[in-house]
Amino acid sequence: MAGTVRLRVSPTKAPQAVRDPAWVRVLLIAITLLFLGLFLLLPLVSVFYEALRGGVRLYFASLINADAMTAVRLTLLTAGIAVPCNLVFGLAAAWALAKFEFRGKGTLITLIDLPFAVSPVVSGLVFVLLFGAGGWFGPWLTANNLHIIFAVPGVVLATMFVTFPFVARELIPLMQEQGSEEEQAALVLGAGGWKTFWHVTLPNIKWALLYGVILCNARAMGEFGAVSVVSGHIRGRTNTMPLHVEILYNEYNFQAAFAVASLLALLALVTLAAKTLVEWRVRANMGQDESAETPTPPGGGMTL
Amino acid sequence: MKPVYCLSVVAFTLIAGAFLAGCGGPSGSGGTGGAAPIELLNVSYDPTRELYQEFNTAFAKQWKEKTGQEVTIRQSHGGSGKQARAVIDGLEADVVTLALAYDIDAIAEKSKLVAPDWRTRLRHNSAPYTSTIVFLVRKGNPKNIHDWADLVQPGIEVITPNPKTSGGARWNYLAAWGWVLQKELDDLAKLKDPSQAEAVKQAQDKARAFVSTLYHNVPVLDSGARASTTTFTQRGIGDVLLAWENEAFLCLNEAGGDAIELVVPSATILAEPPVALVDGVVDRRGTRAVAQAYLENLYSPEGQRIAARHYYRPVEPDKADPQDAARFPKVSLFTIDDAFGGWTDAQKTHFSDGGVFDQIYKPGK
Repeated sequence: MAGTVRLRVSPTKAPQAVRDPAWVRVLLIAITLLFLGLFLLLPLVSVFYEALRGGVRLYFASLINADAMTAVRLTLLTAGIAVPCNLVFGLAAAWALAKFEFRGKGTLITLIDLPFAVSPVVSGLVFVLLFGAGGWFGPWLTANNLHIIFAVPGVVLATMFVTFPFVARELIPLMQEQGSEEEQAALVLGAGGWKTFWHVTLPNIKWALLYGVILCNARAMGEFGAVSVVSGHIRGRTNTMPLHVEILYNEYNFQAAFAVASLLALLALVTLAAKTLVEWRVRANMGQDESAETPTPPGGGMTL
Repeated sequence: MKPVYCLSVVAFTLIAGAFLAGCGGPSGSGGTGGAAPIELLNVSYDPTRELYQEFNTAFAKQWKEKTGQEVTIRQSHGGSGKQARAVIDGLEADVVTLALAYDIDAIAEKSKLVAPDWRTRLRHNSAPYTSTIVFLVRKGNPKNIHDWADLVQPGIEVITPNPKTSGGARWNYLAAWGWVLQKELDDLAKLKDPSQAEAVKQAQDKARAFVSTLYHNVPVLDSGARASTTTFTQRGIGDVLLAWENEAFLCLNEAGGDAIELVVPSATILAEPPVALVDGVVDRRGTRAVAQAYLENLYSPEGQRIAARHYYRPVEPDKADPQDAARFPKVSLFTIDDAFGGWTDAQKTHFSDGGVFDQIYKPGK
């Protein structure tokens, strides 16, 4: 499993000469912690504080509320469709881009990045222009009584568009780095296409893939801008969780708004935990590979 | 290769979850009894949330008693102009209940979904309730704000939303403008009198200068009325909020009356938020009867009572509870037809691209 670029630093073993004086280290750490506390921890704590201020019973009451439940369901449904689709697409795109040479490759990479580059509002408006009543396909959709925009399909489409690049972007550099020697070896040894994919390619990229899926999922659940444009804000129908939070807040229903927000925050925390776990596994894996393949040079420092 | 299985299990769970959620989703409004259950979508503007929450429940109950049919009314709220835009773009509203007639005219004109004569199809210009524009100030009125003239004093921060996107904001703007005309001309009938052309021109110039100074005192232009209210009450920005009367009362209730107080200016505009049936949608969906009944019910004693309870001035006040009707301060009101010759003219002169608002408002100054 060689071929990836590995970077490992062990600061405890750094020689005295390249270390910073103690006060610099303390100051830097203090500033970092203060910053983290002020800008990340405090808002997070305040969300849960506000959510639980009215008591646990009120907290759960505002979550069990029918409109809130629909919002949760819609968010899960959206992520549940968008993430697998983008997983398959991302894998296919990364595969094509990393293992094959063809004309227009650069353009394709740029196109994949497009959703990152445009503002989510524009992403939403694109779908209005395509599927809105006055849009390109609008009259045909109306004639056939099909609903895309201001309905669940629109929300899913907008989310898919926005989360499009996550998996592919995560995989492309890694697969390019890995090259196709292992696949070629597998083919030479008589493995078929599927077998090569399942037993050679996938194991090599699995952690990066999972990492991409996690990021993709986080964005799919949290997306506000694009979804806001295409949703139509119909309560109990096309409101996702982020939209529902805004609506509740605008209704002076702060406690309920923060309760739903805390649910979103919890999802984020779970995502972060999963991400950390994946990173930790990756590192553990690399460590294993390393000790098995090449002994770590004495003195630590950076190993490439 | 264990991790591969791991991954496929994860993917499978995700997809299975999606299917389960999908099955549970749209079938939420099921139920039997009477005729097939029906759903209405009411696309409305920002501050009517609480009003329609109560009205919808009352109407659903009444409709069920009368016809045995289950009706669920869905709500969508946002800035009035934005909502009209969404209906034009295909948001399937059975009824629209917006902040101003112009927005419904826009739907009628651009999408042909609403018949052009919609204003005459229901009583009182299709406005079952009215409202007006008042001020909210900080407790004790520290900046001494009592009338429109006080808003243009230096150092006063005025909070009002963007007239380009918010219906309420347009009413605010026109109320300020109309107040100057009223003050200068005494009688707004002079506006249509050719012999008074000189006086009218002077009054219009004064109004323009006044509104221009007023908007120099606005630190933030939010996109909707509710966002402005939040800016004023929650974020604590500004000395005075120009607000719908109903929104102002709601704020007083929310804040408990110990942080803000209400100021009623000497004269202000009569705002008529209209309602209309979206013909194109109800005919397609077969909901005309129930949607029509829904709108007519706004004029019923029950509808008028609910409107008054939510601080909208009922157009037939004798139907409302007397103690609710008594809460509305007496104030001299002028209409948009008196002061501006109707919405179409007002919109064209003041809020279209390159109109008066664009000329006088320069952001960041």
